[in-house]
Amino acid sequence: MSEHRLPEPDRPWVMRTYAGHSSARESNELYRRNLEKGQTGLSVAFDLPTQTGYDPDHELARGEVGKVGVSIAHKGDMQTLLGGIPLDQMNTSMTINATAAWLLGLYMAVAEENGVDPGRLQGTTQNDIIKEFLSRGTYAFPPAPSMRLIRDMIAFTVDAVPKWNPINVCSYHLQEAGATPVQEIAYSLSTAQAVLDEVRSRVPEDTFPRVFGRISFFVNAGIRFVEEHAKLRALGELWEQLGRERYGVEDPRYLRLRYGVQVNSLGLTESQPENNVIRIVLEALAVTLGRNARARAIQLPAWNEALGLPRPWDQQWSLRIQQILAYETDLLEYPDIFEGSKVMKGLVEELVEGARAEMAVVAEHGGAVEAVDYMKTQLVESHRARIAAIESGEQKVIGQNAFTSTEPSPLREGEDAGIMTVDPGVERAQIEAVETWRSERDAAAVAAALEELTTAARDDSVNVMPATLAAARAGATTGEWAAALREVFGEYRAPTGVSGAAAAPDGAALAELREKVERVSTALGRRIKILVGKPGLDGHSNGAEQIAVRARDAGMDVVYEGIRLSPARIAQAAVQEGVHVVGLSILSGSHRELIPTVLHQLDEAGANVPVVVGGIIPPADEIALLEAGVARVYTPKDFEISRIMGDVVDLVADRYGVAAEAA
Amino acid sequence: MAVDGATLGRRLRERDTAAAPAALNLIEDRSPAGREQAAALLGEVSPGALGGEAPAHLIGVTGPPGAGKSSLLSALVDLWRGRDRTVAVLAVDPSSKRSGGSLLGDRARIDHDPADDGILIRSTAAGTRLGGLAPPTREATQALAAAFDLVVVETVGVGQSETDVEDVSDTVAVVVQPGSGDTLQFLKAGIMEVPDVLVVTKADQGGTALRARRDLAGALGALGCPETPVLAVSSLPPPTGVEELVEALEAHRSRLDVRAVRLRARRMAALADFTAEHGERALRALGGRRAAEAYLADQDPTLDASALGGRLEQRARSSA
Ligand code: B12
Ligand SMILES: Nc1nc2c(ncn2[C@@H]2O[C@H](COP(=O)(O)OP(=O)(O)OP(=O)(O)O)[C@@H](O)[C@H]2O)c(=O)[nH]1
Ligand SMILES: [Mg+2]
Repeated sequence: MSEHRLPEPDRPWVMRTYAGHSSARESNELYRRNLEKGQTGLSVAFDLPTQTGYDPDHELARGEVGKVGVSIAHKGDMQTLLGGIPLDQMNTSMTINATAAWLLGLYMAVAEENGVDPGRLQGTTQNDIIKEFLSRGTYAFPPAPSMRLIRDMIAFTVDAVPKWNPINVCSYHLQEAGATPVQEIAYSLSTAQAVLDEVRSRVPEDTFPRVFGRISFFVNAGIRFVEEHAKLRALGELWEQLGRERYGVEDPRYLRLRYGVQVNSLGLTESQPENNVIRIVLEALAVTLGRNARARAIQLPAWNEALGLPRPWDQQWSLRIQQILAYETDLLEYPDIFEGSKVMKGLVEELVEGARAEMAVVAEHGGAVEAVDYMKTQLVESHRARIAAIESGEQKVIGQNAFTSTEPSPLREGEDAGIMTVDPGVERAQIEAVETWRSERDAAAVAAALEELTTAARDDSVNVMPATLAAARAGATTGEWAAALREVFGEYRAPTGVSGAAAAPDGAALAELREKVERVSTALGRRIKILVGKPGLDGHSNGAEQIAVRARDAGMDVVYEGIRLSPARIAQAAVQEGVHVVGLSILSGSHRELIPTVLHQLDEAGANVPVVVGGIIPPADEIALLEAGVARVYTPKDFEISRIMGDVVDLVADRYGVAAEAA
Repeated sequence: MAVDGATLGRRLRERDTAAAPAALNLIEDRSPAGREQAAALLGEVSPGALGGEAPAHLIGVTGPPGAGKSSLLSALVDLWRGRDRTVAVLAVDPSSKRSGGSLLGDRARIDHDPADDGILIRSTAAGTRLGGLAPPTREATQALAAAFDLVVVETVGVGQSETDVEDVSDTVAVVVQPGSGDTLQFLKAGIMEVPDVLVVTKADQGGTALRARRDLAGALGALGCPETPVLAVSSLPPPTGVEELVEALEAHRSRLDVRAVRLRARRMAALADFTAEHGERALRALGGRRAAEAYLADQDPTLDASALGGRLEQRARSSA
C-alpha cells in the first residue's frame, strides 16, 4: 500500500449555497433548483426580522422583510420552505442565533407533521451569541439569558435530536469584522469554553463527552491561504487539548474538530469584481488542501459580493468552484499533504502560541461573556489597522489600490446591473399572510403555549425547549415567541468598541485634514460634531465604526450609538446633540425605505443638517437618494476614508456658510 | 442663523424643554458673538431672573472608566420617567490628546424613548480640561436646571478628582464596580473626598459586589461617616437596587441647604474660571484668594457665576 495515496478517494465535503429571500415559497423553489444542480446540503439565510425576533408587521421590520433572507414567521412558513425536501436525508444548516431555539422548534414541528423522527434530523443551528455581540449583530437578549438559551438547546438536543449540531461556534464573523488569525482562534475557542462551562452543570457527567463532540465550528479562510490553512490545524490542535485537559474527554471521535466554512467576503471588492472569483478559489484551497484539517461543509460567496445580493446564476458559478475542486482535481486522493512540512509546523506553532496568550487575556477578564467589551475593542482596532494598511497601499488589493486601470466589466451590464433585487411588494404580502395566519389558528391554544413559555423562561432551572416546541406546534409566531422572552429577559445593546481604538498614526494627509477641521470648527464656533447612525435592523457595523474612529482622528466630536436604531432615535439624537452633519450607514439593502424616513424625521424634528450615506448602494439607488435630499453617497469603492472625511468637512463648511472664512 | 439667547433663556424658564438643544449649541459656542448670546441666555435663567434657586435636583455621577455610570443612568432615567420627572443628562467624555476629537459613547448606553421630550441627553467632549467636566458643563447645568426636574452630569471616568463635579451638583454619587480596591485605598488615604452617595454596580455578578459594598461601608465608618449610604445595584435588566438609590439621592437633597450650596458653588466657579483665564497673577492683583472670596461674598447672591466672574474682572481692571 502506498503511503502517498489513499486506497479510496475521500468523500467530498457537504456543498452548500447560503440562500434564501422573499417568501418561503420562492426560497423553496430556489433550494430545489440548487439541489438539482448538485448541491448536497441546505444553508438557510433568514431575513433580519426573523433573526431578531420580529414579525413582518412589526414597526422595526419595516423595509427588511424578505430582503436578505427568507421570512419565517410560523410553522406554516417552515412547512412551505421545506416542501418536497426529505428531512430524514437532508443536512440543513440554519444561520440563526437569537431565535435559534424557536427555529429549531419550527423545524422539529414540521418534521413531526411530516412523520420524520427527530432522531434522524441532521443539521446545524448557528446559535453563537457571543459573536453576535462582537460582529454579527442579530442578538435580542442580554448576555446571561442568551447563554442560557444556548445551554438549554444543547442539553435538549443531545438526547432528543442527537444528530443535530446545536451550536456552530463562529470564527467566520470575527475575521469579517477585522480579526487576525490569532484573534479568530482565541475568541472562538474562548466562546466554546464559555458555552461548555455553562452546559457542564446541566447534563449528566457521562453525557458530557457527547456534548463536547456535538460542538462544531464555522470558520473563515482569507486570501493568505497558506497561513489560513495553518490556522485550521492550530484550531484543531487547541480544540483537542481543551477537550482533554479542561473537560477530560478521551474518545478521539469526540475530540476531532468539525468545521464548516464560508470563505472570506470582506476582501471581495466592488472594483473589478471579476477578480473576486480568483480570490474565492484560493480561499477554498485553504480549507480543502490538507486532509487533516479539511472542512466538513463549504459555502462560497459570489463574484458580485460587494455589489449586492447574488442571483441564482452567480451562486451556481460558486457551486461549480466546489464541484471542480472535488470532482475534477486530484485533491481527495491523497493523505495529508502537509504532514512533515517544516513551514506548516512552524506556522501552526506560532498561531497556537499566539492564541494561547490571547485566550489567557480573555480568561483574565472573566471569560468570553465578561470579555465582550474587551474583544470588541480589539476587533475594531485590528480592523482599523487593516484598513489603514489598504489605504496606504502597504496591503495590496488588486484592482482597488493596485493595478486599477481596467476595461469595463461586462458582468455588470444588463438590466439588473448584475445583482438580485427583492421585490418590495414582498413585505406587504408577508404582512397580510401573517395576519391571516393569526386569524385562522386556535388563539386560546397559542395564548396558553406562550404563557407556558413565559413560566419556563422565569425559572432558570427549567429547559425552555419543550415549551418552545409546544408553542411552535400551537402556531405561535416568531415575534410572539421572542416578545414573550423579551418580556422576561429584557433587551440589550452590545458595545460599539470604538472608544478604545488607537489613534491613527500621524501622517501628512491626516495632519492636513486636522488643520482643516480646526479651521472650520473655529469658524463655526464649536468643534465639528458628527452623528454616525445605523438605521434599521442592519448589523453591518464595520463601516460605521471605521468612519466614527477616523472622524475622531480627524478632530471631530463623534456621536455613535451602535447598530439597530430606529429613524426616530437617530433624528432625536441629531437634534439633542446639536450635530453639524449626520452620516448614515446601511449595507443590508433597506436604504430605499429607511433613508427617506430618516430624512423625513429629521425635518419633522426641525434638524436642518446635511445627511451623507454610505454602504451597499447600487448606482440607480444612489441617484434616487441624492434626489431625495442626501448630500453624498459612498460605497465600498471609496476605500480611502481620509478622503471621505475631507469631503464631509467641505460639505459642512459649505452648508454653514463658513467655507470662505475657513479657507 | 442668528439665535437669540435671551429668547431661549426665557423659553427654558417657562420649562420649554424643546429649547434646550439650541440653548446648548449657544452655550458651547466659543465665538465672541456666541459668548455674548450665551451670556444673555444665562442671565434669563440666573437665580435673579428665576426668583430663587432653580428647583431642579442637580446630580453628579462620577467614577472610574467602565464602572457602569451610563448603564446606571439608563436604569435611573427609566425609573424617573416612570414617575413623570423630566430629566436632562449631560454626559462628558474625554477628548483625544492627539487629534482634539472625541468619541462620545455614553448616549448609546442610556436607553430611552425617542418620542419622549421629557428626556434630554447631550454629550460633550472634555477638551483639554481636567477634572471630569467639559468647559461648558457648568453653564449648561445652569440653563437646563431651569427647565428640567433633574439635571444629571456624568463625568469623564476620573475616579478620584470629582472636585469639579461638586461645583455643579447638589448631590454627588460616586460609582464603582466590584473589586475596585483603588477607591477603597483612595478613601482610606484621604485622597478622595467622601461622596454623598456611594454606589457599587454589577451586583448581578454575585458575591464580589456585596463584599465591595461591605468594605466600603467599613471604610466610611472608620472615616467617621457611617451614615453615608453605600448601595449595591445592578443596571442590566431587570435592574435591582435602583429605587433605593433614588431614595438615597432624594434623602441627601432634602437635608441640604440648596441655596447655600449653590451660592458657594457659583462663587467657587467664578473664581476658578477667573484664575484659569487670567492666571494666578491676576488673582494676586485682587489681593489674593482670600480677598477675592470676601469680595464675592459681598456681591448680589442672585447673580450667576459668569456675572460674578464679570465682577471679578471689573475689579481686577479697576485695581490695575
Ligand atoms: C463584512 C460583512 C459582513 C459581516 C459584518 C461584520 C460587521 N460587524 O460589520 C458579517 C459576516 C457579520 C455579515 C453578516 C451578514 N451579511 Co454581510 N457583508 C459583509 C461584506 C463582506 C463587507 C462589508 C464591510 O464590512 N466592508 C468593510 C467596510 C469598511 O466597508 P463599508 O461598510 O462598505 O464602508 C465603506 C463605504 O461603504 C463607506 N461607508 C459605509 N458606511 C458609511 C457611513 C458614512 C457616514 C460614510 C461617510 C461612509 C460610509 O465608507 C466605507 C469606507 O470605505 C459585504 C460585502 C462587501 N464586500 O461589501 C456583505 C454584505 C453587506 N452582507 C450582506 C448580507 C445579506 C449579510 C446578512 C444579512 C446575511 C444574512 N441573511 O444573515 C448577515 C447579517 C448581518 C446583519 N445583522 O445585518 C449583503 C447585503 C446585501 C444587500 N445589500 O443587498 C452583502 C452586500 C453581501 C452580499 N452580496 O450578499 N456581513
Ligand atoms: N453585569 C453587569 N454589567 C454592567 C452593569 N452596569 C454596566 N455594566 C457593563 O459594564 C460596561 C461599562 O458600562 P458603562 O455603563 O458604559 O460604564 P461607564 O462608567 O459609563 O463607562 P465610561 O463612561 O466609559 O467611563 C458595559 O459593558 C456594561 O454593559 C451591571 O449592573 N451589571
Ligand atoms: Mg459612560
